[in-house]
Amino acid sequence: MADTGDSDIGGTSPDDVQLRFREDEPVGHAAVTVDAFLDQSNANAVRVEPGDDARELIPHLQRIALVEVNFPAFGDGRGYSSARILREAGYAGELRAVGDVLVDQLAYMRRCGFDAFAPDAALDPNDVEAALARWPHVYQEAADARQPIWAERHA
Amino acid sequence: MYLYDQYDQAMVDARVEEFRDQARRRLEGKLSEDQFKPLRLMNGLYLQLHAYMLRVAIPYGTLNGRQMRALADIAETYDRGYGHFTTRQNIQYNWIKLEDAADILADLAEVEMHAIQTSGNCIRNISSDHFAGAAADELVDPRPYAELLRQWSSFHPEFSYLPRKFKIAVIASETDRAAMKLHDIGIRIVSNSEGEPGAAFYVGGGMGRTPMIAPCIREFVPLDRLVTYAEACLRVYNRYGRRDNKYKARIKILVHELGAEEYTRQVEEEFAHLLEQGVEPPIAELDRIRTYFADPDFEDGPKSVDRSDPDFALWVERNTVRHKHDAYVSAVISLKPVGGIPGDASAEQMRLMADLAERYSFDELRVMHTQNIVLPHVRIADLHALWSALDEAGLGAPNLDTIEDIIACPGLDYCSLANARSIPVAQRISERFAAKGRTAELGELKLKISGCINACGHHHAGHIGILGVDRKGVENYQLLLGGSEAQDTALAKITGPGFDEDGIVDAVETAAEVYLREREDGERFLDTYRRIGMTPFKEALYG
Repeated sequence: MADTGDSDIGGTSPDDVQLRFREDEPVGHAAVTVDAFLDQSNANAVRVEPGDDARELIPHLQRIALVEVNFPAFGDGRGYSSARILREAGYAGELRAVGDVLVDQLAYMRRCGFDAFAPDAALDPNDVEAALARWPHVYQEAADARQPIWAERHA
Repeated sequence: MYLYDQYDQAMVDARVEEFRDQARRRLEGKLSEDQFKPLRLMNGLYLQLHAYMLRVAIPYGTLNGRQMRALADIAETYDRGYGHFTTRQNIQYNWIKLEDAADILADLAEVEMHAIQTSGNCIRNISSDHFAGAAADELVDPRPYAELLRQWSSFHPEFSYLPRKFKIAVIASETDRAAMKLHDIGIRIVSNSEGEPGAAFYVGGGMGRTPMIAPCIREFVPLDRLVTYAEACLRVYNRYGRRDNKYKARIKILVHELGAEEYTRQVEEEFAHLLEQGVEPPIAELDRIRTYFADPDFEDGPKSVDRSDPDFALWVERNTVRHKHDAYVSAVISLKPVGGIPGDASAEQMRLMADLAERYSFDELRVMHTQNIVLPHVRIADLHALWSALDEAGLGAPNLDTIEDIIACPGLDYCSLANARSIPVAQRISERFAAKGRTAELGELKLKISGCINACGHHHAGHIGILGVDRKGVENYQLLLGGSEAQDTALAKITGPGFDEDGIVDAVETAAEVYLREREDGERFLDTYRRIGMTPFKEALYG
């Protein structure tokens, strides 16, 4: 169990956020672990690790302003499911991918509902622009607003 | 067959540009090899023992003459003039330069082909029945469902960093020609008691170091929920599949550890949730895809051939398969000439096969998972002309499903994972049996060779399987008996201590002799093994 009073644990600060696709004010304090969040009633920022069950947060989404999903290694794809599950449950706050977040995974993360990114290593802005403009269409329904190809075909 | 529309083409073109950019960043040092590796793998590019290998997707094994010719051109322009057809109905090139890879992908895109997700921890190219659309026994053509799933699984944002690779096969007949239950998901299109079509889902099969036969987790998923159900299966796997040990990361381990019942419960829960999310394409999309797989214009014609030429008669007997239209057959072009490399074809042979497909098979070819090529719709009246052309080009081996029709992985001749060579063993076995004239006498005998425990050569599913291992630095071969990848799926069992390269060839011959001695009327090798068990074989091998 994490020490809930220690704001150094894990969380990123707004200064660490390189990309943000929303207009509201970022949460100014660090996120707590899922266990800590469930133990206390006043936190509004929580950090989801790959092994956490994002569905545990669903009863509390109204009071959450920031969910950080940690990618300790970019090849661990559990965070993509966590993000989509939260968006499917109606979560509308900031969904921030943190950790080993690389430019080549950015487009898929956007599709899964991430709208902020705090990568361990800063991304090249030109590469970011290219990555986000890469796909003219998408094949699946996901957590973003894009229409799947099948919807365009049968519009 | 399926043709790209503007959307499909735009996606494949975008992928080429993405990879070109990634390869450039790798060559400039902006991407580390660790970062680049999964990206190149998801474009089919492996680093092997001697060079890069490129695996090109042939969705559900179907291609046309123009595409086959493009594969020939790639073999000549970028490789050493040949390619290797694989057990996943794809083709691999073994001598590729990283600098050329993006250009090859661009060449492929021009003929509606790609190498997307042919490797990596993602949903791989979807395989199917190589006689789809031609088989007399199928309920429907399974390929429209495979194509629907191909599009759903391409660039899937949630399922591109799975615990491990993920293979799906789709069939639509009782007879299983795609080893469906040995896939991560096997789907069989069935009809329910009301006569409506739907899909039976088998989840958690596989070969590799822990072979498992997939249990059926749902007997009937309506066709308008196919994608949603697949999505539920994948989400449970992505969230809970093991990531601590790559050898326990396939979905078969999750299903095994949870138990099929608990895994199914979780899938059903996720399925109920996803039904609310609108992830399913409309039935109109499936209907659109189906139109591409409509039957060609079959014509009535002769239903038998003149068998006075014994070589032709043997080929017809061995290499042609009953078709749903009685004036046609499916003809198998064997890529297993005696002493050859199983599954290899030269550029020249590929071009000939393309020509013959255009002339005799409505411009369609199929890659079989047994590493041969099918012309699915050949008029019986054209068989002699077809055979003559094949025979002249060295493609007329009459050995489908015989002991010469060996599946073999690339093995230690190419593969960085292998412990032992597979190809020379396959070559020696086919030479041995052909020289003694025993192939025909043995009848159906499926022999499969893997050069390591990863089982790319499907040794677990061979009537006779051979597994190459490393024994104190020396190649050693274990013999297995009794496997099957057909509807009677079974896993082969090891006979006992392994053999050296000479010894394994002798051991296969010994096992064949036990069969010939013990068989009863009409029994195949596998039937005899099932009746008499392992003991008589062991006695002959080690007694």
